[in-house]
Amino acid sequence: MRHRVFGAALLAALGVVPLVTSSEFWLTFFLMALLFALLGQSWNVLGGYGGQFSFGHALFFGLGAYATGILQVRHGVPAWPAAIAAVAIAAAVGAAVGALVFRYRLRGSYFALVTLAFAEVARILAASFDYTGSGFGILIALAPGAGNFQFADRRVFYWLAWALVCLGCLVALWLERSRFGARLIAIRENEAAAQALGIDPLRTKTLALALSGGIAGVAGVLYMQIFLFADSHIAFGPTMSVEALLAPIIGGLGTAFGPLLGAILLHALGEVARHATGGAPGLSLVLYGVLLIVMLRFLPDGIAGLARRRARG
Amino acid sequence: MSLLLPSIVNGLTTGAIYALVALGLTLIYGVLHIINFAHGSLLMLALYAAFFAKTLLGLDPYAALPLLLLGFFALGYALQRWVIDWASHGRDQNILLVTLGLALVIDNLALFFWTSTTRTIDVPYAFEVVDLGVALVPLPRAIAFVAALVLAGLLWALVGWTDLGKAIRAVAREKEGARLVGIRVEHIYAMSFGIGTACVAAAACLLLPTFYVTPQVGYAFVLVAFTTVVLGGMGSFLGALVGGLLLGVVEALCGLFLGESLGQIGIFALFILVLLLRPTGLFGARLA
Repeated sequence: MRHRVFGAALLAALGVVPLVTSSEFWLTFFLMALLFALLGQSWNVLGGYGGQFSFGHALFFGLGAYATGILQVRHGVPAWPAAIAAVAIAAAVGAAVGALVFRYRLRGSYFALVTLAFAEVARILAASFDYTGSGFGILIALAPGAGNFQFADRRVFYWLAWALVCLGCLVALWLERSRFGARLIAIRENEAAAQALGIDPLRTKTLALALSGGIAGVAGVLYMQIFLFADSHIAFGPTMSVEALLAPIIGGLGTAFGPLLGAILLHALGEVARHATGGAPGLSLVLYGVLLIVMLRFLPDGIAGLARRRARG
Repeated sequence: MSLLLPSIVNGLTTGAIYALVALGLTLIYGVLHIINFAHGSLLMLALYAAFFAKTLLGLDPYAALPLLLLGFFALGYALQRWVIDWASHGRDQNILLVTLGLALVIDNLALFFWTSTTRTIDVPYAFEVVDLGVALVPLPRAIAFVAALVLAGLLWALVGWTDLGKAIRAVAREKEGARLVGIRVEHIYAMSFGIGTACVAAAACLLLPTFYVTPQVGYAFVLVAFTTVVLGGMGSFLGALVGGLLLGVVEALCGLFLGESLGQIGIFALFILVLLLRPTGLFGARLA
């Protein structure tokens, strides 16, 4: 309970950041944290509530980014319909992957491996064809205007990202109360027992992966519209998959505000590391790795778990 | 036809290295029942160790092999005993995440210290070839092929015929039962992890004369190693050996017919297919 109050207060505080500061640095910092909170929430839906650890969530993020870009650049589709189509594609691929993978009862390490392999296939395919920009990536022409889903004012993107993160937290809260969420959590706790109670694990997990893929697709679309560029390594690379799972694990698996807490902490740490080392490549990822290991040792339930433990004791 | 046989022979020699990497992975999986995501990073680290042994100490990779075997055995033992076990509380999903964290740390420290420059070594025998009649095989690759098979045999004998092997098999089968009869389970876990890591050191020494090293090289290998292990059946030695050889050939043929960049797809497509259609692999799933 306490963590929810804290989470809601944090969200409210984040909502007024653009009113308090006009610093480009802080705005970008929090915008990126929100973007990765959204991606983390997507992972949390499947990994936190459903107990299925995906190591290839970049697949859905990348699909969102690439689909919206390709639809606009290659087919002249207006930005907003392209964005909606891209999210639908990411969700549909999530459903397809889920139907395929869960039908064969892949779970645990196997599920992690097969999702990683799917993301790698997407990365190599995206880098191999001219249609997908091969080695160069996808670049959307700069044309500021609300109709083009491009805003010269960073604050508009900021509030959009903020609203989407709020929506993501609401989805998580809905999972905690709804029948669908109860089924999903039952499967996480004991799949055989859940099945014995009449829950259809294939259907439930597939729907969860579709939902998760759709949310990751939203994050991808947002990324694409903010930067107007993505290449196969950014969009489908393993770093994105790692970012997706770190935030919820560090913030608190299977909690509504865990991914947001985790994303802010991670990006603060990453920024500190960048300043301390003068932007040396890789050091922030070293720090993420150490943090992941240390968190698993001392706080296996994440920061949200800490709040819960204190509330109890 | 003239290209096909040399491609297959070439694939077999690459496959022997894959088999060696996969043997380490399959041993760790067979005993700890987790996938070691840091396996590729440890291979990368071993390649650098062999590289620096050559450039700083003037030690030929083949001469450095025994040293690296010992060093990486110790490293693997320590990692499992004092990092992975320490951090994961013995929970399977946490072990998976800890090895992922280790991979992040090792890969990016390498990137930081050694930059992403591609490094190779010069050895006098690099361009000597062995004539097999159907194909010319570079000497280092022929050595790697034979050595990989010998090492695989030694590992098999170790697990099959020694007391340590018996303890490893006991822990793999039933860890609580093994503990009850006086086997130190944590020690055996760490021994298995150490031996698995030593396999990677051997692979690195055999690989370096005809290969290169960058901080990213482990990532390419780790997926191939996973594929090999899944293809052969998790925990099966024979499976890892056959799977590795098969995969080397598949990769060589896909490269021949589809081109370099799409050739990689062959491996992943095979990986996904095997995972979906036959997750127990070609040779079932039991250690020894």
